[in-house]
Amino acid sequence: MISFLLILLSSLFFTGIVIRTKSITAGRKGPGIMQPMKDILRLFRKSSVYSETTSIIFRIAPSIYFVSVIMAIMVVPFGQYSGIISFEGDFVFFAYVLALGKFFNIISALDTGSSFEGMGASREALFSMLVEPAFFLLMGSLSLLTGHTSFHEIFMDFHLHSYITYAIGIMATFVLVMICMVENSRMPVDDPKTHLELTMVHEVMILDNSGFDLGLIMHAVNLKFVMYGALIANLYIGNLPIYYTIPIFLTIQLLFAIAVGILESFTARYRMSHNAQFIFTLSSVSLLIFFGALLFLGRMN
Amino acid sequence: MILLIDSFIVFILLSLLVIPFVKKTNWKGISTLFSVFVIAALSSVPAINALMGNPTEITLIGSYITHDIPLRIDALSGFFILTINFTFITGVIYGIKYMQAYSNQSANLSLHWFCYILTFSSLISVCVIQNGLVFLIAWEIMALSTFVLVIFEHNKQQTLKAGISYLIQSHVIILFLTLAFIWVYLKTNSYDFNSIRDFSLTQPVSASMALMVCFFFGFAIKAGFVPFHTWLPLAHPAAPSHISGIMSGVIIKIGIYGIFRMILLIKTDYLAFGYFILIVSVITGIYGVMLAIVQHNLKRLLAYHSIENIGIIGIGIGLGCIGMGNGNKTLAILGLLGALLHTLNHSLFKSLLFYTAGNVYQSTHTLEIDHLGGAGKQMQHTSLLFLIAALAICGFPPFNGFVSEFLIYSGLFNGLKGASLPYLSCLAISIFGLSIIGGLAMLCFTKAYGTIFLGTPRNNRFCPPKEKFSLRLIPMYIVAILIVTIGIFPKAFFNILIQPVHQFTSFMGDGLVSVRPETVSIVSKVGYTSAGFILLAGVLLLIRYKIATTMKAVTGPTWGCGYTAPTARIQYTASSFIRNYRKLAEPLLLIHKYKKDVSGTFPGTAWHETNPEDKIEENLILRPIRRLRNFLGGFSFLQNGRPQIYVLYGAVFITLIISVPLLIDLVRTLVQFLNTM
Repeated sequence: MISFLLILLSSLFFTGIVIRTKSITAGRKGPGIMQPMKDILRLFRKSSVYSETTSIIFRIAPSIYFVSVIMAIMVVPFGQYSGIISFEGDFVFFAYVLALGKFFNIISALDTGSSFEGMGASREALFSMLVEPAFFLLMGSLSLLTGHTSFHEIFMDFHLHSYITYAIGIMATFVLVMICMVENSRMPVDDPKTHLELTMVHEVMILDNSGFDLGLIMHAVNLKFVMYGALIANLYIGNLPIYYTIPIFLTIQLLFAIAVGILESFTARYRMSHNAQFIFTLSSVSLLIFFGALLFLGRMN
Repeated sequence: MILLIDSFIVFILLSLLVIPFVKKTNWKGISTLFSVFVIAALSSVPAINALMGNPTEITLIGSYITHDIPLRIDALSGFFILTINFTFITGVIYGIKYMQAYSNQSANLSLHWFCYILTFSSLISVCVIQNGLVFLIAWEIMALSTFVLVIFEHNKQQTLKAGISYLIQSHVIILFLTLAFIWVYLKTNSYDFNSIRDFSLTQPVSASMALMVCFFFGFAIKAGFVPFHTWLPLAHPAAPSHISGIMSGVIIKIGIYGIFRMILLIKTDYLAFGYFILIVSVITGIYGVMLAIVQHNLKRLLAYHSIENIGIIGIGIGLGCIGMGNGNKTLAILGLLGALLHTLNHSLFKSLLFYTAGNVYQSTHTLEIDHLGGAGKQMQHTSLLFLIAALAICGFPPFNGFVSEFLIYSGLFNGLKGASLPYLSCLAISIFGLSIIGGLAMLCFTKAYGTIFLGTPRNNRFCPPKEKFSLRLIPMYIVAILIVTIGIFPKAFFNILIQPVHQFTSFMGDGLVSVRPETVSIVSKVGYTSAGFILLAGVLLLIRYKIATTMKAVTGPTWGCGYTAPTARIQYTASSFIRNYRKLAEPLLLIHKYKKDVSGTFPGTAWHETNPEDKIEENLILRPIRRLRNFLGGFSFLQNGRPQIYVLYGAVFITLIISVPLLIDLVRTLVQFLNTM
């Protein structure tokens, strides 16, 4: 429960901090931290414009996408407190429910019959397909290391090992950050601020969404960022008492947001045709973690 | 019990006799429905009994050649019989409506429904009969009657070609199975399945392993494991949709049944066999879905997905075998549970997908994905059903596919507690494989659903008429409801699975408690979570609906990024949707590409065409056949059409057949004479 509330809370500020960081590094004045949230609230109050081509899928898809993210967040634990939903193998549910949301997102983009949105949908489907093994191999290695198969137990036990776990933790952080960037279609694979539809992924998929639906999609992105941030935080907080963990959690979210801002300010987007190769390397990093865990457990015989 | 079997046989014969003489073509289907119902009811009684823990065993007195014919209905047979019954019932209801389009072909329909019952009863018999020789006869009846079902539209050359490919490969299966049964017979002098167990206990491990592999090859062709899958993508598109549904739903599963049965009977090195089947299955799964994505024909796409799902089932079986081999009971149970449940699940959503494909075909007269578009607005029922089945086959919660994939994943992650490096690498490969299969399946079904049902029609020739509710939708909705029910209340279906799994794991001790109570509670938690998802989505949609009603929505054209004259042809097609993927996967696949670019000042029509071929089929089957044909072509001078030469062949043949034995006799006499000297 506590993780759920903290994630909801942090999601209000996350994108604002990212944008503020980007404006500071660019030397602009920039909007306030609450501006993205204000935009979303404004969208919630607006009426929609629907394309004549669309069917019911287009109208229900944003809600299902949003709920899928909410369900995934419910699984995320917080230190010694498990998530609202917790069972052995809950990370399988986590990954699949997110994929379900993405499925609806993709078919809603195809529902508009636009050539641009189809392009974005095609890329989204391909990239998320390539990310999936990286996530599962990462969770596999963590579960190999700890001998548990649920988020809560893995993170609780993960903390108890020696310094090597921190090395693995850092690699896992890298993989999670990258998965997060790919899932949200952010900088190394996609530039949300580009003004050419041909080069976008996520932004071009939601060209036709408006009003309440667009607000849901925008906030789902915020939530997804914080959700991965929470997973990263869980790698480090372990079973410390709650008056330490909450500040650590918030600090990690803040650092994560600033890091995303800096990453987006100083890196260039990869060539679209090479993105697939880049994403696939994440699986090899995950594999590296897997063999790291094997080494640590002395099972390389 | 004998009475039950007698009535079963008498009823089958009776309905086979009646169908050709039914005058009205409509009534042929309805009488088939009636007899399928009765056969299903008769066979369900012992099947349900077996699943409740009371297996049936009867020995019929056979002839001098066959010896006694034991009929055994244990939990495993019971499970498969129930799955077969359900799929055949939905198939026949759907088929009655589907076949109305062909109601002028009375004789052809008689043959079709005749073979439908024959296939149905022979499938049940295959699950029950435990005498090698009679089993092969039942298997042959099944193979031949399915062949007739597949070639219903035998006036099309493509259909005949697919049918013959199926027929040939079916007989390769029989070759393998016959070899295996004869081997067992030579060693034990009995055709009884139990003698296979005796064989494996008395012979060395290498012999039982070889026997296992021989059986596996046979059954793997039926199930469609790579590289034995090549008949599948040919036969499924050629058959009528309800036949594709039952073929993919249960007929290929009889191969899975065979593999399960042999694992139960042959006591061999389970660990080695488990590794073997695991690797084959991962390759099968990935290869199947990789080829499915690039297909242009909807039914061919679904056929390749069957191969993928066989791979997933195989991963479950492999994990089960590894668990049985190294004494890890949790792994064995999770793997086998996942495999069995996925067998049931796949029979549900795949038959549903084929039925929807049939609807699409009959209302648009094409299965080319790229020609279709916007069918969802006209065919709302079909669109909804296809979406449910597509989500289920991708393994998303809250549908049944998720539960079985979840069990297999649980098995994989639980298995990571093991020790040795090859074992762990195997598991890592399987995790990688299973997750990428999931991602690829999503790519494939967003393509299929998005292109066929969403957007606007790409070609007005293939625009379907408005769909009305008809009888054919009823079995489809029943299947869809079952798909959701398994997704939300998986616990209820566990009771069906506990007995079959217990058969495999009982030798590992612990008495009747075969499934850990924790596993059951986890799976029911998965169900509740899925239900929670539906609830939450419902609440949000309600809120959205309330808000939407207070504000006036505007409709307009799709935003064309400044381009103001969009046409239907501007839409992303299925081929362009997967273009990025195709570029990536091209080195692994065999895609023939032809195109004419736009060039010059006054460009003509530009076009682009891709023909996805099956690399394994090309290298393993087509190329050797071409070589063989070239080789045999060298002897074509013998067939020169001149009667004099043919008479000469006859004369030479007769001379040889008389002179050779004489010659041999002569030599023998000579040798004897010399010896006596």
